[in-house]
Amino acid sequence: MKRSCKVAILSGLFLLVLSSLAMAQEEGIRIAGLKFFSILVFAAGFGIAIAAFGGSIGQGWGLKSSTEGIARNPEASGKITVTMLIGLAMIESLVIYTLVVELILLYAYPMAKPIAKFVGLEVG
Amino acid sequence: MEHPINFVVVLFEMIGFGDFAHKYIQVVNSWFAMLLLIVLAILVKPKISHLHPTRGQNIWEAILKGIEDFTIDITGEKGRPYVPLYLTLFIYIFLMNVMGLAPGFIAPTANLNTNLSMALISVFFAEAIGIKIHGIKYIKHFTGPILPLAPLFLPIEVIGHLARCLSLTFRLFGNIVAKELIIALLMFLAGAYLAPLPLYFLFIFLCFVQALIFYMLSAMYLAGAIEEAH
Repeated sequence: MKRSCKVAILSGLFLLVLSSLAMAQEEGIRIAGLKFFSILVFAAGFGIAIAAFGGSIGQGWGLKSSTEGIARNPEASGKITVTMLIGLAMIESLVIYTLVVELILLYAYPMAKPIAKFVGLEVG
Repeated sequence: MEHPINFVVVLFEMIGFGDFAHKYIQVVNSWFAMLLLIVLAILVKPKISHLHPTRGQNIWEAILKGIEDFTIDITGEKGRPYVPLYLTLFIYIFLMNVMGLAPGFIAPTANLNTNLSMALISVFFAEAIGIKIHGIKYIKHFTGPILPLAPLFLPIEVIGHLARCLSLTFRLFGNIVAKELIIALLMFLAGAYLAPLPLYFLFIFLCFVQALIFYMLSAMYLAGAIEEAH
């Protein structure tokens, strides 16, 4: 992408965020809450997608090496399979951590009320 | 969506402790898992004989011998007195995970408290056995390869050990909660057509692998505590 294109897109996003903040102060608490929630959902969706991307690449590498090992030495296939399964579960656990954070964000965000009080919006 | 029924909670409501069961639903479900294991073990007990092994005895012996051999493989011969803890961990966690698949029960491991208690036991048991075997020299496990680097290594190793607790908890929690969410969602969307059923094979495999990982990591922590420091 050309540099001017990137600059245009980034400045457009910045403008949108600023305008949303300005509109929030005018229109009220419900709009601010909705903006907060929509950005939260946006972040959660992208978070789990990026984690799945990285996790699947890692697991693919592990799988590739273990199948090469089995092809080279079919007698050791039992041990190699067990080691591969352990390795896959370890890598998968990192993706699961991201899923847990996303579930907390979407369903049980604990700092919503204290942050709202701190910023000055009285909610709840 | 109406409130789902849980058989154990219904049982407690008949006795009269409905509020307690409702508030601590994962605790009473884990009691049910414990009761199931104890009953299965008691059923086998009177019929154990060396010459004519019965079918239940064969199954139990295969399971226990396999896991014990696997544990000794990881920890070495010194770990043999501590094998029953790891046996219990594996079978108990597998049963608790699979309980979530049956309608009318929830998996107690879908709640953080159960997982945290088991992870604390695993990690601190390994530390206690390390102190028991090595005495005060156990601190050498924390100080790293060279003595002058000890003040640098000590906080890192302590944080690493505490992080093991956290990772054990969250790995199990995340997997089982994800599984239960998928089942609940599929039931909600297409429950009349038995939609979750094809995924059950994957879920049973997942429960088994997660129990295996928890048990194997605990055995590896014990192995790391038993062996000599570098």
